[in-house]
Amino acid sequence: MTVKLEWRGVSKRFGAQVVLDGLDLAVERGRSLALIGGSGQGKSVTLKLALGLLQPDAGAVYLDSVDTTAMRPADRRKAMRGIGMLFQGAALFDSLPVWENVGFRLINADGINRREARARAIEALALVRLGPDVADRFPGELSGGMQKRVGLARAIVGAPELLFFDEPTTGLDPITAAAINNLIADRVRQMGCTAVSITHDLASARTIADEIAMLHQGRIVWRGAAAELDTTDNAYVRQFVSGAAEGPIAAHW
Amino acid sequence: MSEDTSAGLLAPGATKSPGLLAPVNAIGRTALGGVAMLGNCALFAGAAIRAAFTPPWFPRQIGRQLMQVGFLSLPVVGLTAWFTGAALALNIYAGGDRFNAETVMPQIVALGLTRELGPVLAALMLAGRVAAAMASEIGAMRATEQIDAMETLSTDPMRWLIAPRLLAATLCLPLLTLVVDVIGVSGGMLVAMHLLDANPVVYIRNTLDFLTRWDVESGLIKALVFGFIVGLMGCWHGSRAKGGARGVGQAVTQAVVSSAILILASDYLMTSVFARP
Repeated sequence: MTVKLEWRGVSKRFGAQVVLDGLDLAVERGRSLALIGGSGQGKSVTLKLALGLLQPDAGAVYLDSVDTTAMRPADRRKAMRGIGMLFQGAALFDSLPVWENVGFRLINADGINRREARARAIEALALVRLGPDVADRFPGELSGGMQKRVGLARAIVGAPELLFFDEPTTGLDPITAAAINNLIADRVRQMGCTAVSITHDLASARTIADEIAMLHQGRIVWRGAAAELDTTDNAYVRQFVSGAAEGPIAAHW
Repeated sequence: MSEDTSAGLLAPGATKSPGLLAPVNAIGRTALGGVAMLGNCALFAGAAIRAAFTPPWFPRQIGRQLMQVGFLSLPVVGLTAWFTGAALALNIYAGGDRFNAETVMPQIVALGLTRELGPVLAALMLAGRVAAAMASEIGAMRATEQIDAMETLSTDPMRWLIAPRLLAATLCLPLLTLVVDVIGVSGGMLVAMHLLDANPVVYIRNTLDFLTRWDVESGLIKALVFGFIVGLMGCWHGSRAKGGARGVGQAVTQAVVSSAILILASDYLMTSVFARP
């Protein structure tokens, strides 16, 4: 299998705090990887580096073997057309109705007319089980779970080859979280795309991902199949899964 | 313990005296910080201007901002103009009365409004209404990752978010200034009709005969610069907002205060150029 996305020797620090320390991680095309780890271990930074929202201090991120960190911003935005992203808080545009949020890229980047963009947005909303009655509402009028589903519709509307999910179930009740996890898993499998999720939620990681990698102090300390999460003897994973206070991972207060 | 950055300035073998150098360090840090901020602002302005004058444009966004900045500012700007024109007329009447010069009131009201008060008042009202709104909206969008989301949706926030606001503020302020000129003169005229029994037709004719084209044009040029300042400060401070509600609040305050100071400072500079005989 070919590698779709790769972090190669990536380091990132903020002031004196080293967040990523020579991170090496590759995701094969068509695979779904969940990145787990404690708070402040650099999961979100890893994602933002892949999206070009941050620049690494050392190393590079490769998308289809092309170094995205060396790209000009305009070229990076073009490369983003094959990428969908679901943000932790959905990050919907408050001033735009739901359909325009979902069709934002179609209208503003792809130059598709508003009528067609609206039709495609409503199709995408149906894929995340939201009816056309939601299309003209504003994000502020929706529940947290509905906002996440709109965010998911926005991420998948252009049939991207690569999907990112940043804490897709944070802030949701267990039932809504399970529904979102199943929806994401369904979409990823049906679209056959590559997916990278970052999460604290192990149930989410087990449902969404084929593979799980654990990030600790800026490096990958374990990687394996999702099914191995409960059987591995890796001390970091054991402590993270059991939630024990004692172990190699110090608690972040 | 914090690192003592003054150590590198000392000659080898010299006794370290951080207490003595601390004020110098503070001044240096402040100066460097100020220069860096100025540089960042200039780079931001350059990128915004480039985005405003090169494709792709987002006409719907520009239209929305023209409505928000221009049309919706009309009531507040109009009321300010009317009361200022009326108060100015009262003051000039009272002052002119001391040396029997109250009859020049229409001319002084018109001159004061077109050259100075029209653009400055419209700009200050826009700084309070529009720069604050821009800073809070953009700051909140940054805090809630909406600007990051825009980047991931292959859209340049500088073109979609910043350039339309900057264009709208720059284009609308001269138009609002014209409105201030007309309404302000009308306010003065109503006072003159009440106090001096002035004939409105004569009042307007006197005003128009007295005013030169340059009186109005110089005010409009000022308004163009002030509009750019209001748009730039609102967008720049909003885009630098850090943290949550507190950061957004600080950005709003900084946007309004810096707009007002820059408007008044640039007004003096432009007046000193325009007012030369």
